[in-house]
Amino acid sequence: MSNEAPRSAAKKQLPEHFKAYTGVWVYIELERGQVHSVSWELLGEGRKLADQLKVPLAAVVLGPPDGSARAAVADSFCYGADRAYLMESALLADYRNEPYTRAMTDLVNTHKPEVLLLGATTLGRDLAGSVATTLKTGLTADCTELAIDAERSLAATRPTFGGSLLCTIMTLNVRPQMATIRPRVMAMPQRVDAPVGEVVEVPFDMAEDTIITKVIDFIADSSRDKVQLAYADIVVAGGLGLGNADNLRHVRELARVLGGEWGCSRPLVQKGWAPADRQIGQTGKTIRPKLYIAAGISGAIQHRVGVEGADLILAINTDKAAPILDFAHYALIADAAVALPALTTAFARRLGPAVRLAG
Amino acid sequence: MHIVVCIKQVPDSAQIRVHPVTNTIMRQGVPTIINPYDLFSLEAALAIRDEHGGTVTVLSMGPPMAADSLRRALSIGADRAVLLTDRFFAGSDTLATSYALATAITKIASDQPVDMVFCGKQTIDGDTAQVGPGIARRLGFHQLTYVESVETIDRARRTVIVRRRAEGGVQVLRSELPCMVTMLEGSAVVRRGSMADALRAARADVTTWSAKDAGIEDISQCGLRGSPTVVRKVFAPQPRKEKAVLIEASAHDPVHMAEATIDTLFAALPGLNAELHAAAAR
Repeated sequence: MSNEAPRSAAKKQLPEHFKAYTGVWVYIELERGQVHSVSWELLGEGRKLADQLKVPLAAVVLGPPDGSARAAVADSFCYGADRAYLMESALLADYRNEPYTRAMTDLVNTHKPEVLLLGATTLGRDLAGSVATTLKTGLTADCTELAIDAERSLAATRPTFGGSLLCTIMTLNVRPQMATIRPRVMAMPQRVDAPVGEVVEVPFDMAEDTIITKVIDFIADSSRDKVQLAYADIVVAGGLGLGNADNLRHVRELARVLGGEWGCSRPLVQKGWAPADRQIGQTGKTIRPKLYIAAGISGAIQHRVGVEGADLILAINTDKAAPILDFAHYALIADAAVALPALTTAFARRLGPAVRLAG
Repeated sequence: MHIVVCIKQVPDSAQIRVHPVTNTIMRQGVPTIINPYDLFSLEAALAIRDEHGGTVTVLSMGPPMAADSLRRALSIGADRAVLLTDRFFAGSDTLATSYALATAITKIASDQPVDMVFCGKQTIDGDTAQVGPGIARRLGFHQLTYVESVETIDRARRTVIVRRRAEGGVQVLRSELPCMVTMLEGSAVVRRGSMADALRAARADVTTWSAKDAGIEDISQCGLRGSPTVVRKVFAPQPRKEKAVLIEASAHDPVHMAEATIDTLFAALPGLNAELHAAAAR
């Protein structure tokens, strides 16, 4: 069913063989030579957990023997790792569930971490589910907050029931305690140059002919199509308060004038007003812009957890009692369909001739 | 081809309300639906059956009322429905759920071998995306998640080619049957089902299995006992101490409203004005 089963008699009685498990691990997601930035965000968060537990923070790097994995190891030290476990093999060139699950479970069984964090990307979620099932351990998806409790267990908090409440989930009696965290939920740590950590190289002993699934092609998204919503400094988004799908153009137009990205709340995707890659919130994108303008969005928890990292939130809403006013910094009580075009015109005028309004 | 599609009955999330005092979910009167992501997987399974022939069995685990969702799946076109329901399953987390469902699939396969299992990408109530991979792992099926389209199935060679959504692009994967697939939303238009299917579904028996019927011998892997995760607390988020500052402006004068808003934003974010000008100049 789900992670959210209530239970009462949940006491920590860690079996003896799990007591040797120590250290915090972060899986470094390396694909086609690039590390996904969520991995660095998790090293920042992992550093805090490791310091609190007084244990080392380790990066786990799986990849091909072309130098990219070694570069990722070096970068891991710059983002706070004390140690890196490195598995290099041509079989790990592209992500495939089978060899990656085998590599990760072998590493865990040999080197025994108490906490294992992965990014909640398509890769991280595909891998985490397989690894946790193989290890028969607990896995908490899409955490928004991690902490260490008084008994040194990981307390993983995530939205539940479609984002209407938060719940804190523990894996008390199995190790490692696994969690996935979505990109941009945790802050990017400061990069420190040139520290050196310990590299533990581990051989990978699978043979290609035992791996059934083959990658026969990779079609890269053209950068033009790729929505940079998660990384934009300015985001303008619309919700049901816009009234109709056509009014979304006011959202797009203001975003364009501000040089930002546009997004929407979940109901708009469900109604088919906007594509899924524009959705902001727990099941869509998490954003951390400098300025977030939420127009006609009421502010359900599942939306809130996706935008709380913004430096400044401006809500435009006709309803003074809307939940978004509980976490926005400023609010304009107005009809979004009226306020948005007025803002677009006013911004364009202030920013001068460099910005042209679309006909 | 024998395809098993796992579906979950979930509360319609748009209608969930939280009790303001007790912080519990108010389930009364909330309509239930088939998890919307499951429908894309059901559609993909039906399309494969229509092309290659065979049987689509829908499987769900839940309370007796989950039979309604299975009947709905039959009315869309599934051939057979199995409901796994037992008090031993209460409180299952994703690991315990994948154990129960994988065991039931093994039982289903003892009558007719299973070539493919389809699961939803994730559910709208749990949002974990963990049960599909858990089932694949337990059955030893090849795991193909976030699939945009099943391109070809070669029944003679037992190979399958799919397009899988990855970070930054699409992987084209060749794998083998048996496999477990989760479909991406929007991968197909879900059919409405024929009148004949609707009539058949209304009369159809949903096979109901207890844990024992499903061949589950180790009850300790089910329900709360079989779940390594525990929920320590469920709570509503703390509201910020101060509410949003209301921007003073006449609601009837959009120009004044916009100017007041921009002044407020520039005062609150000192670098914003310069940044916007720099960005506009580029």
